[in-house]
Parts: sequence; structure tokens; C-alpha cells
Amino acid sequence: MIVGNAKPIEEVLSMIEPFDKLIVAGCNGCVTVCRAGGEKEVQILASALRLAREAQGRPVEIREVTLERQCDPEYVELMRPYVGDYQAVVSIACGAGVQFLAEHFSKTPLLPGINTGFIGVTEKQGEWSERCQACGDCVLHLTGGICPVTRCSKSLFHGPCGGSVEGHCEIDKEVPCGWQLIIDRLKALGRLDLYEKLRPMKSWKTSRDGGPRRIVREDLI
Amino acid sequence: MKAGSNLEKVLAAGHFAVTAECGPPRGADPEPMRKKSVHVKDNVDACNVTDNQTSVVRMSSIAGCLHLQAAGVEPLMQMVTRDRNRIALQSDLLGASSLGIHNLLCLSGDHQAFGDDSQAKNVHDIDSIQLLQLAKMLRDDGKFPSGKEVKGPPKFFIGCAANPFADPYEIRVSRLALKVAAGADFIQTQCIYNLEKFERYMQDVRNRGLHEQTAILAGVTPLKSAGMAKFMKKNVAGMDIPDEVIKRIAAVPKEEQAQKGIDMAVEAILRLRQVEGVRGVHIMAIEWERKVPEIAKKSGLLPRPQV
Ligand code: SF4
Repeated sequence: MIVGNAKPIEEVLSMIEPFDKLIVAGCNGCVTVCRAGGEKEVQILASALRLAREAQGRPVEIREVTLERQCDPEYVELMRPYVGDYQAVVSIACGAGVQFLAEHFSKTPLLPGINTGFIGVTEKQGEWSERCQACGDCVLHLTGGICPVTRCSKSLFHGPCGGSVEGHCEIDKEVPCGWQLIIDRLKALGRLDLYEKLRPMKSWKTSRDGGPRRIVREDLI
Repeated sequence: MKAGSNLEKVLAAGHFAVTAECGPPRGADPEPMRKKSVHVKDNVDACNVTDNQTSVVRMSSIAGCLHLQAAGVEPLMQMVTRDRNRIALQSDLLGASSLGIHNLLCLSGDHQAFGDDSQAKNVHDIDSIQLLQLAKMLRDDGKFPSGKEVKGPPKFFIGCAANPFADPYEIRVSRLALKVAAGADFIQTQCIYNLEKFERYMQDVRNRGLHEQTAILAGVTPLKSAGMAKFMKKNVAGMDIPDEVIKRIAAVPKEEQAQKGIDMAVEAILRLRQVEGVRGVHIMAIEWERKVPEIAKKSGLLPRPQV
């Protein structure tokens, strides 16, 4: 899923400073699962904003909305009948959701209420970590199912670097060394032979480096 | 001859090679580089110039190399893949060779989190082994990765680093084999304090015949004090300093520890010279370059051969 995290309330308050009639919009997709932008978080953020503004003597009217997904046009369009009645929308979906609302409602200011983090997994209650950088050309079959682009701090294709110590990365003892993970896993699979292969320079054309991306499926059009 | 550098010639003639290292200054004043060059001139076959080591901004490696060259020292350019993509790396390879820099060490570089500019973008378009292959392709095939012709291929004697002590140990030799397969002409190792472990590593290296395919230069860094040894052991990732080593230097009074450090470095070099497959020594006297002459002399490495 796409994992996000709430922006500090002060930052959101400063964004909504010019407005007194708002929508706070959540999303039932990834951000609900990672507890950053679902219905519950919409309620929490809206209440916090109302209270803070009341304390400032400048009450704000907030409509709470949670769309099925902010990244699909049919759900986004459900907001059209009423969005014009409000001065701005604080979206707590991922960056794609915020932008999609902005694209659809050209006259309404869109304010991001969360920081979009990464494509990742739930490690345990309250802890998520990154797994994929969406490079567009998956190599996981060569690296024991562990991504060198994402899990190595230097995205090395021939790791580990000299900084790998006792399983952690040189940047931080809390960060597992991606290459230690790859080697452990190749070993478990009996495929250490894959380690000793030279890998050609990666083409980053399929990643964001090649420009904004698009997938077109003729079979579905 | 692949590049015709002095270092390449010394090794080709079968001599035990000596390299050292000079870190460029944190400023545009060339004087510190000139001062350091005095200590290495005529005492080494080539001298590494680091590339923004520990991710702290310094004078560029290419410029540092030119200052050494002007002072009569053969430079060995370090190049990390942290800061430049393949376009910039290739361009700098062409530029460096055009300026008479013919030794190259390919590295991935310390992560920028260590330096003053931890907010910097982390480039790593290619890794150090891919840089090595790239430099070799430009040199030997006279071709860019696109297949287009290089008009005047750059000439480099190409090496990379190896850390026999980093984790996981089981792939240390495989990793060296990868570097050899990629075309490493020489290898400079991490500082060696744990000689027993290094000797075991070299046995594994010899079992695979890797020592015959690349020239391994053993890294030695003199300890300035017991405090430095403890600090390095604790804070430098992948640094193996056995407790006995620390005990030995701590056993002498503080004011004699620096000399003890030099003596221990000399002792290590003499022992490393006996290890089959070690073709030279890389003396990294960090911000202590003035000790290089003494270490080289006491280790019987002077005068350097004229080839
Ligand atoms: S320690 Fe491991 S994860 Fe960290 S940069 Fe080095 S190889 Fe990559």
C-alpha cells in the first residue's frame, strides 16, 4: 500500500488560515489501512482544526467526507455537487488523491493534510516500512525477492558495501542492510550462485527518471 | 600496458607497490595539497586523492590530482558513484585522462547521511562495480555504453576497494571475484589490523586464484593513539581492530603512543609483505601524511623503483 503520515497540525492550520468554510476529505484506500487518511482520521483532523480555530476566535465550518478512492474519477466526481460551496479542500489521501481532486475541481484550492511516504508494508501495529520504489523494471527474481533499489541505501546492484555491519546498514543501526537480507535469502533458497553474477547498469528509463509515467492497456480501452 | 601509469609499470615489473592517500582541503586554497605532496613525493608509486570522503564537501578529486601531479607525484583518482550519474562520471573520466590522470579507484562512497549535506539527493545511478566496467569499456573497447565510438579512449589503470572485514564474511571472497570479473586491475583493501583474519581471507582468495588476476594492495593506517583506535573500532563501519592491538598501543605512555602506532604499522607491513598474493601496500596516514616517509623507509620500501 501507499503509506502516509499526518502533517503537524500547526502546518495544516497555517494552510487553512485564509479560509473559514472547508472540506476535509479522506480516502477508503491505502491511507485508511495505514491509519493516516481514512474516515476516522478525517473526524480527528476536522475536530482538531475546529477546536484550534475556535480557540483563536475564528471558528471554521468543516464538512467531513470520505471517498471510496480519491484516485478514481467516478468517486471523485461524487464531490462535484457541493465542492463549490466550500473555499478549500484539505485532502488526507496520498499525493495522487490530492492532485486528482485538484485536477477535477479547478477552482478549489487543494491542501495536503498528510505527507505521502512510500509503497510499503505493515511491520506491526503502528509501524510501516518501505518495499518498492516503482522503478518499472522488476528484478526481484534475481535478488531473492528483496529489492536492492529500495532496501539498499545506495541502491547498489552489487552489494553489500563496506559499511554493512552485523546486518545493519551504515546509515543507521535501525535500518537492516538490504544486501545482508538478499544474501541471507539467496542462501536459504540455495541460490548464492545468483550473487556472483555481474549485473549491467540499470536503465532508469522506466522509473521516474524517464519522466512522468503512464500505463496504457489497449485491451481495456 | 593498459594505461601506462607509473603504478601499473611498477606492478608489471614485479615490484612491491606503495600507494598513499591525500585528502583534498575543505576550500579552494591549493596550499594544503602542495604541503601534503611533499611527504609522498618519491616515497610512493601513486597517491590516492579522495572524492569528498565521508560525504563532506572538499576540493574535487580531479583538481586535487592535478595539484599532486604539478608537485611531481603520480595521482590516483578516487571516484564515487554517490554524487554523479553516468553522464557526469563518463565526462569526468574523459576529462581526467585528458589531464594526464591515469589511475582510477571506483567506489560507491559513504552515504550522504554522514556529511554536512545530509539533505542532498542520493544519486547512485550506477554502483562501483558498474563504474569499473564502464571505465574498462571506454578504455578497452573505445565505446560508450550506447555503442558509439569514443574519440580518443581514456587510459586508466582501474581499481576498486575491498573490505575483507565487513559483513557478511561468507561472501567477501565472492565479492572480490565479482570485482575481478568486472576487470579490476588492482584492489586496495580497508585498513588491516586483524592480520590473522586477513591471512585467512588471502588463503580463500588464493584458493580461487584471484590473486593472480588482480594486484592486491593491503591497506595500512598507523594509529595515532589508543583513543583513536577505540574511536575507530566503535564508529567506523566495517573496521576490525582486535582488542590486543588496542592493548598494545595503550600499554605505552600517551606521549609515546604515536611512535608506537608507527612501529606497529611498520610491523604490519613487514608481515603483509610475506603474505602470498599481496602485491603492495596502501598507506592511509589520515591527516598524518608527514609520517609516510618514515613508515616507507622503516618498512624497507625506499627508494621506490624507477620504471
Ligand atoms: S550497508 Fe547495506 S544497505 Fe547500507 S548502503 Fe551498504 S549495502 Fe546498502
